[in-house]
Amino acid sequence: MQFHLTPEQVSIQDAVRGTLADNWPMERLHQFADNDQDFDPQSWNALMELGLAGVLVPDSGMGLVEAALICEVAGEAAASGPLIAQLLTVGAVAASDNEDAKAFLEGLTAGTTVATLAIDSEFVQAASSAALFLARDEAGGLRLIEAGEGVTIEPVASTDRSRPVAKVSFGAVKSHVLFPAGHPMVDRIRDAALVLIAADALGGAQHCTDVSVGYAKERVQFDQPIGRFQGLKHQLAHMALDVEPARAFVWYAAYAWDAGLEDAPRAAAMAKAHLSEVYTRSTRAAIAAHGGIGYTWEYGLNYWFRRSVANRAWLGSPAEQRQRAAELAGW
Amino acid sequence: MDLSYGEDAERFRGEVRSFLKEAWQPGGARGAELAELIRAFRRRATDQGYLYRAIPRQYGGSQQPVDVVRAQVIREEFSKARAPMEVGGNGMSMLVPTLLERGTDEQKDLFLRKTIEGDYVWGQGYSEPGSGSDLASVRTRAELSPDGSKWIINGQKIWTSQGGYATHMFMLVRTEPDAPKHDGITYLLLDLNQPGVTRRPIRQMTGEGGRNTFYEFFFDNAETPVSLQVGERGKGWYVSRTTLKHERATIGSADGLGRQFSKLVELAQEMGRSKDPIVRDRLAQIEGAVMAHRYTSFRLFSCNAAGEDPGPVQLMMKLLLTETGHEIALLAQELIGEAGLTEPAGAGSGQTNMARGPNKWLDQIMGSLGNSIAGGASNIQRNIIGERGLGLPRDLALSAEK
Ligand SMILES: Cc1cc2nc3c(=O)[nH]c(=O)nc-3n(C[C@H](O)[C@H](O)[C@H](O)COP(=O)(O)OP(=O)(O)OC[C@H]3O[C@@H](n4cnc5c(N)ncnc54)[C@H](O)[C@@H]3O)c2cc1C
Repeated sequence: MQFHLTPEQVSIQDAVRGTLADNWPMERLHQFADNDQDFDPQSWNALMELGLAGVLVPDSGMGLVEAALICEVAGEAAASGPLIAQLLTVGAVAASDNEDAKAFLEGLTAGTTVATLAIDSEFVQAASSAALFLARDEAGGLRLIEAGEGVTIEPVASTDRSRPVAKVSFGAVKSHVLFPAGHPMVDRIRDAALVLIAADALGGAQHCTDVSVGYAKERVQFDQPIGRFQGLKHQLAHMALDVEPARAFVWYAAYAWDAGLEDAPRAAAMAKAHLSEVYTRSTRAAIAAHGGIGYTWEYGLNYWFRRSVANRAWLGSPAEQRQRAAELAGW
Repeated sequence: MDLSYGEDAERFRGEVRSFLKEAWQPGGARGAELAELIRAFRRRATDQGYLYRAIPRQYGGSQQPVDVVRAQVIREEFSKARAPMEVGGNGMSMLVPTLLERGTDEQKDLFLRKTIEGDYVWGQGYSEPGSGSDLASVRTRAELSPDGSKWIINGQKIWTSQGGYATHMFMLVRTEPDAPKHDGITYLLLDLNQPGVTRRPIRQMTGEGGRNTFYEFFFDNAETPVSLQVGERGKGWYVSRTTLKHERATIGSADGLGRQFSKLVELAQEMGRSKDPIVRDRLAQIEGAVMAHRYTSFRLFSCNAAGEDPGPVQLMMKLLLTETGHEIALLAQELIGEAGLTEPAGAGSGQTNMARGPNKWLDQIMGSLGNSIAGGASNIQRNIIGERGLGLPRDLALSAEK
């Protein structure tokens, strides 16, 4: 049995973390949040240059575990860009036998062709910058829609400022069927998306915990670092208790998907539900642990808060996921 | 036990009702016209003895004998008729009671009327970058001018609500740097429109900036006459305690929570979720807290009317309110679903009265976080309940504190 990270997996996370530290510091996030762009080419390109967009290609030697590790770090940094969609689209196109779609594979894997997710929701990240939309067809299969004709994009005020959404609808579009309705990959891609959203939430919740613990060691009130007060210390311990054990849960959900285990769909739903709750709790607890400064825009916790709102609603709320999980368990 | 207010109160209710029917007819008035109407209405309602009851007539109040039952009837009827009550803000809720108790005649003369008529807007100058929960550690300095006529103020205040509108500030400043920390503070009133004062908005996590957010203030030899010191020099901490008690009482208003809960039920209905057993269960759970809060406020009200001490429960009202606010936020987030992916129209502009969809709940979902910090963070409330309410010993690290 091997149920902890290998050195290779650790180095993937280190590489992504380092790249985002260099290319996505808080100043950039602040700038991005207030401009009208829905995509940041610089940090995206830097991330894509790591050559990791192909982790879900069937013969890459990697899989959803590695994808989850990457998305976790993106969540930590509140990275911009439709990373989850990109990884899924590369995986879906590579696994499909639609030759027209496969023509995009090289650009997708390099990250020069940007793909975004338009499944089960009209709200789509990076909609005006993506070249491809991973979407359903009328029958419920998976198709790849090309940007341009037939794609209507209506700007909205996005709650999540790190990955802004727009409202997208599809008319007479140019599209390529990847998997027809009923093909197992249709559900598997959705399940993988749930796991990656959970991974992003894990990273975000970890970030909120780290920032709060760090602040509690620095901030002095009553001549003491506030972390000395048992009330706050216990609250921070609870934050850690929420996040740290959830890490192996996300790994399991990703591993179950890779290994094609029978309970993979249920693990995905449970992970999405659980981590959405953890993320919501963590962002709220982090703001409380900071006091006034936590309630400001400038300090930046609000970006993670906003991202937690988006992750929670995306592809079904925790209550909906738990409902599915109960059904899948046959309760 | 008897929840009716008694015959006398009901007769009084009839009077208030007929007054309102005749006196409050805003029609379609808007903007400046509406503002003038409200002003005139408040004046009439005050003449009638319905508003500003604790304030002497000479300062623009109606100078009524203390009668919490009548005050409650007035609140209920005004709220039913959607008629304007007293002006809001920290000036009315915190400064006015302080001046009534501790102010000099000159201070009352200068400030009461202008405050209740809304001409003066007050910022609460307590928190500083280094002093929040540990308020008694304020470092903003005030020194007497050589001739002893003025306080010269240097330092910084932060998180000042209404800071963009404030004309004045009531503030805690350090005047005796060598005294024990609670005994070196003086309570001052300050005109903010002077060269020594610089203000700057701080954008809130809601995105709100401009005038609708909290502010920071920098004091660079700002001046205020010694006559605008409230209470004795070095006793400002104790002067401020009167006001903080008051703030808790206003934040703890039961009507607001009840209204918010009704809106939550409406949201569940609007989103087609009110028949969902999970949602019904959570709604009913929240309503349990709302009812506990409401009836406790009745209890406090009753004790208050009878002049009895209700005990520790009064220390719990703020935390109960804000904790329930978090529960409401979490359920609202579930109910609005994908609507939460977009911000409500007017977010960040303070225009909260425009027609908006379910995502308007984002204001509450985020705002509930601010409510838990403003006016004493939740852990400080917990300490107060534990120490003052339950008589538990003070934390060792805090044992030197008052
Ligand atoms: C929306 C809003 C409006 C405000 N308006 C005003 C205003 O008009 N005027 C004004 O003066 N101030 C205002 N404030 C400031 C508010 O009073 C302070 O933010 C609050 O008192 C907390 O102080 P702080 O921010 O310095 O946090 P800190 O005191 O640094 O607290 C940080 C964390 O440490 C915890 N902590 C601190 N001490 C202890 C302890 N002994 N035991 C356990 N935990 C502890 C706190 O609970 C919190 O979680 C406002 C704040 C907000 C959010």
